[in-house]
Amino acid sequence: MSERKTTNIILFSGDYDKAMAAYIIANGAAAYDHDVTIFHTFWGLNALRKEEMVPVKKGFMEKMFGGMMPRGADKLGLSNMNFMGMGPKMIKGVMKKHNAMPLPDLIDMAREQEINLVACTMTMDLLGLHKDELLEEIEYAGVAAYLADAENGNVNLFI
Amino acid sequence: MNADKVLDAKGLACPMPIVKTRKAIKEIEAGQILEVQTTDKGAKSDLTAWAKSTGHELLDSNEENDVFTFWIKKG
Repeated sequence: MSERKTTNIILFSGDYDKAMAAYIIANGAAAYDHDVTIFHTFWGLNALRKEEMVPVKKGFMEKMFGGMMPRGADKLGLSNMNFMGMGPKMIKGVMKKHNAMPLPDLIDMAREQEINLVACTMTMDLLGLHKDELLEEIEYAGVAAYLADAENGNVNLFI
Repeated sequence: MNADKVLDAKGLACPMPIVKTRKAIKEIEAGQILEVQTTDKGAKSDLTAWAKSTGHELLDSNEENDVFTFWIKKG
């Protein structure tokens, strides 16, 4: 067992702003020398989707879900003031002005800081997402793996 | 104050000043001093808390023309 503190974040939400909050906290925790894990489940999985279309064999419902959900971190909508997709465009402009890092950059930074990115396999099945559609070099796990990390964790968040 | 290394984090927003500070402090030896320059208004609380929690010592800080400067001794 390492002596390092741990931060465990469940990213349930697939909103750009909430995912941003999760990744800012995760990157900050990594700077605190914590072992950090972000456990992506349900709509949070969309933050891990590749931007390009990946051809995989799917059933009708899976295809529907796949088509309607945002493909990748940059495509996520806002939890408030989304305005049919205008909101994200506006906030990205404001973020640029204030030098805030866009979500895709925060995810790159998280990987650079060796934050564990985990995809929940059960909800991947529900939403019809295949491993090939998600970013490379992430981990796949379920509730037990999350609890094993979280029971000794110092910071636990559900976003 | 004489610093062994200077980190220019001016213009960067949260969480980058802390992320960069952590990177920079890894590159110096224990007892050496890191100077951090930032324009982030939350930096004072952030760096004070960070130094305390990660075992480094915040020796001094100052604010001039909206630039905050911190001197941190590596623990």
